[in-house]
Amino acid sequence: MIVDTERLQAYRGQLTCNFEQIDSIFTECMSAAVGCLSEKGVKDYLDGASLICMIGRGAEPVLTYLEEMPQVARQLGEESLSLISQTVWKLSRSPNGRAIPPFLQTIAEAARRLGSPEMLTYYCELVLDFMERTSSSIHGNQAATIPSPSLVDLLERIPGLLNELSIQGLHNWLEYGLQHYLNHPERQRDYFSLQSPDSRAILQRERHGTLYMDHERKLDLYMRALWNRDELFVPYTSAYDQLRKPLPYFDDRGIRVPDVYDDLSQVRGIDRYRALLAHIAAHKRWTTVIVADNYSPFQRIAIEVFEDSRVEYLARLEYPGLESLWLRLHPAPGENDCDPEKESCIRHRLAMLSYAVLNPKHGYSNPDLLEFVSRFYQLMQQEIHSTGDAAALAISYIARTRRQADLSSSIYFTDTEVDYRDDNRHMWRFIEEGDEEEQFDEERRPEKTEESGRLPPRLYPEWDYKSRLYRPDWVSLYESLHPSGEVALINRLLDKHQALAKHLRRILDLLKPQQYVRIRYQEEGSELDLDVAIRSLIDFRGGAQPDPRINMSHRHDGRDIAVMLLLDLSESLNQIPEGCNQTIRELSQEAVALLGWSIEHLGDEFAIAGFSSNTRHEVRYQHIKGYSEPWDDRVKARLAGMQAGYSTRMGAAMRHAAHYLEARKAEKKLLLILTDGEPHDIDEADERLLIEDTHKAVQELDRQGIYSFCVNLDPHADNYVQDIFGDQFTVIDRVESLPRKLPELFVSLTR
Amino acid sequence: MTDIDQYRISEEPFYQAQSEEVLLYQAAYEERLPVMVKGPTGCGKSRFVEYMAWKLNRPLITVACNEDMTASDLVGRFLLDADGTRWLDGPLTVAARIGAICYLDEIVEARQDSTVVIHPLTDHRRTLPLDKKGELVSAHQDFQLVISYNPGYQSLMKDLKQSTKQRFSSLVFDYPEASLEARVVARETDTPLDSATQLVKIAGTARNLKGHGLDEGVSTRLLVYAARLIKQGVTPRSACRMALVDPITDDGDIRSTLCHAIDAVFA
Repeated sequence: MIVDTERLQAYRGQLTCNFEQIDSIFTECMSAAVGCLSEKGVKDYLDGASLICMIGRGAEPVLTYLEEMPQVARQLGEESLSLISQTVWKLSRSPNGRAIPPFLQTIAEAARRLGSPEMLTYYCELVLDFMERTSSSIHGNQAATIPSPSLVDLLERIPGLLNELSIQGLHNWLEYGLQHYLNHPERQRDYFSLQSPDSRAILQRERHGTLYMDHERKLDLYMRALWNRDELFVPYTSAYDQLRKPLPYFDDRGIRVPDVYDDLSQVRGIDRYRALLAHIAAHKRWTTVIVADNYSPFQRIAIEVFEDSRVEYLARLEYPGLESLWLRLHPAPGENDCDPEKESCIRHRLAMLSYAVLNPKHGYSNPDLLEFVSRFYQLMQQEIHSTGDAAALAISYIARTRRQADLSSSIYFTDTEVDYRDDNRHMWRFIEEGDEEEQFDEERRPEKTEESGRLPPRLYPEWDYKSRLYRPDWVSLYESLHPSGEVALINRLLDKHQALAKHLRRILDLLKPQQYVRIRYQEEGSELDLDVAIRSLIDFRGGAQPDPRINMSHRHDGRDIAVMLLLDLSESLNQIPEGCNQTIRELSQEAVALLGWSIEHLGDEFAIAGFSSNTRHEVRYQHIKGYSEPWDDRVKARLAGMQAGYSTRMGAAMRHAAHYLEARKAEKKLLLILTDGEPHDIDEADERLLIEDTHKAVQELDRQGIYSFCVNLDPHADNYVQDIFGDQFTVIDRVESLPRKLPELFVSLTR
Repeated sequence: MTDIDQYRISEEPFYQAQSEEVLLYQAAYEERLPVMVKGPTGCGKSRFVEYMAWKLNRPLITVACNEDMTASDLVGRFLLDADGTRWLDGPLTVAARIGAICYLDEIVEARQDSTVVIHPLTDHRRTLPLDKKGELVSAHQDFQLVISYNPGYQSLMKDLKQSTKQRFSSLVFDYPEASLEARVVARETDTPLDSATQLVKIAGTARNLKGHGLDEGVSTRLLVYAARLIKQGVTPRSACRMALVDPITDDGDIRSTLCHAIDAVFA
């Protein structure tokens, strides 16, 4: 709308701002504003601009505001005008003035993504809340004086974040960062600029759309069921590489699929995955590799399109339903969208052809196009056709439709990208690597990384009780075989406790399987089952056929228990407790030796492992006895070699032990934890955290049907052990009695 | 005495031969060799036996085996009546006396000790001792024993003893190849061949998942059910869901995959 000079002057008068730069854009901005705002809206608009002018941050914020706001107000209503200007005002009243220009930059994108004034208000509140919490002051109580270290970084990332996350997801992501890095400016910046791994992990978890992770099995089943193929999928992320959008592809090492698909043109995310996989499966079935060197780049693009159409045609013969699925995802380029005089229309022409092949009701009238569509169908009618035939057809199409502007650098891209197609790298074979005469620089081999003898780490989450969230993949756990020591030591210990062993043996013999279980409905058995016998007699008297199975017999029911003994091997084990002349480690060795001997005697499934930790990056899990190993000298040697060191990160070790226990088939599963102190690690300042995490691990185990029981040697354990294990614990005050107590305890637990 | 006619098959059952099994069975019957038919559920084992009984014009006595079945359920037992006791022949004894084909369906379901009673009938002796009654029944010259057996859900607990297996000649069945199966479904249900072909295609997708969450693929019998539902005016999608998907799985992922397959086949 054109605004006449007089009104323009009046508006300029309302805007109390004297920057010269404003004058150059004012006319345009006002005509945009007047075009879409009411009279009151225009006034708010100008008031807002005046307010922003007053904050004293130069002309740039005002210019951004003037340019962006008419559009935003048109989308979300005029109340957004004052909302934004008030937010900017609040930002300016804090030490975070530097964040104002980036904030204004985010508004247009945020408005487009969020789509409602309530959501935009919520977004502004999020930003202000974030600012307040991250700005600090030296003397505590007074108003903040130090600017937020990460606000500007965050605002720069906002458009990308909103692209990936819902506003709720954004809120969760922000909360997580604020919870953990509020007091650490460097890490805070890393987190909010998406540099740190956990920042990315949380982002991944909060993303919207159909996540590959959640549907992996469905896709696997899809390939198997419809295409009878067993494929490996490798997800790639589409979240960060904004500059060059990655495309799906496949090679010998698997099919690369995006990690998330949003719903698109009424196709659900899972069906988009299936559309992609159907296309790839069709390639795998019908495409043969051809030599690329003799074709020009344009010819190659064309061949790819014809080949895509060919394999899709064949797939549609097999599964006609794919047609409608693909058609919904295929762009429908308008015939006259691209001007062949000004820009390169090569992609546009090929997309039209591909669309016309897929949809018979395409409505295009270009004679060349129509001719080639019918030639394509003629080819399809033939009994046998190959990738080479499609290539020949593609080359003649390219030759026929070539234009001067095809070589132009401005290529028309709109509506030419077919969402569900891969990048076709699989169909080419290059004989020469390049056009150069010789290859001087040899292929560089990556330097061999040093092979460490241990297995790759297993990652476990850790429960953060403050945010009530799991920290994903937080702990790295390395498992290994415990080094061996002198076998004789354990045998000596067992000899030393011979009297105790004898006593234990008596108890164990009592415990051996002996429960009777009745087996009823036996034709022959040890006793008459009266109930059934009487019923049979009644049947017989009534003239029906009596059931002859009127006896019952008995059998012994066996024990069916799998036990895992988890030993805390932290540094404190080396202490000698008061009133003892042995270290806790030695006492534990004696106790475990006796327990091992007892359990072996009972015949239960049994494993022993030790754990210690050196920060979350290194939790060690050392096998002393596996389930399949007998209680023999090798196991005893490992037990004899028991060494203590480092800290006690119990939760991860318990989760790992549970993963072994879970695989056992036994009816009852028992995880016995022998420890001498509370969960603790040097990288965790908050002592509650590991206690809460261990408690969470106990709950998880409980859900898996594993009963955990803690044997604690710490006389002060009462302060925490109940919080972790509920009532599934015992505290042994006099450590020297451990060798006797431990087997007895096991016996009473499993009686 | 026993009414033989009730065991005769009066009308020709529809059976589409997959290969030369009819000839093979006839040869085995001429020599009175016991026959074992193996194959997944619903692929036409019972129909085949029925058809052969019709073709050879022999009465057919079928016993569906279950794990509560005892030897006396096969052989017979004494019953008490007003005058004392009375012997009642079991189905196996009846078949041996009248010269019928005795068909023990799903023999692995029966306990191994009770299946041992068939041993003397299946070798050169061709006799059945009734130890409780103190009688030795010599099998009628036309008597033949047939058992069926589904190796699909083989488990440690449910397998035939070697001594039982090695008394039988065997015919292995599987779902017919696609075009043949389509013809079977079309013929059995009077549906057009092309919609039968589509049903068979869906069955093929489900059979690919066997061992990956499905214990058994969709059987030909289920395809016949689906075709019947379609004939009743049910939409193909709902019919397939009702007859092909829901009966065989409770797994959400598999169900979603199969539903997608149905959509892909019925465009």
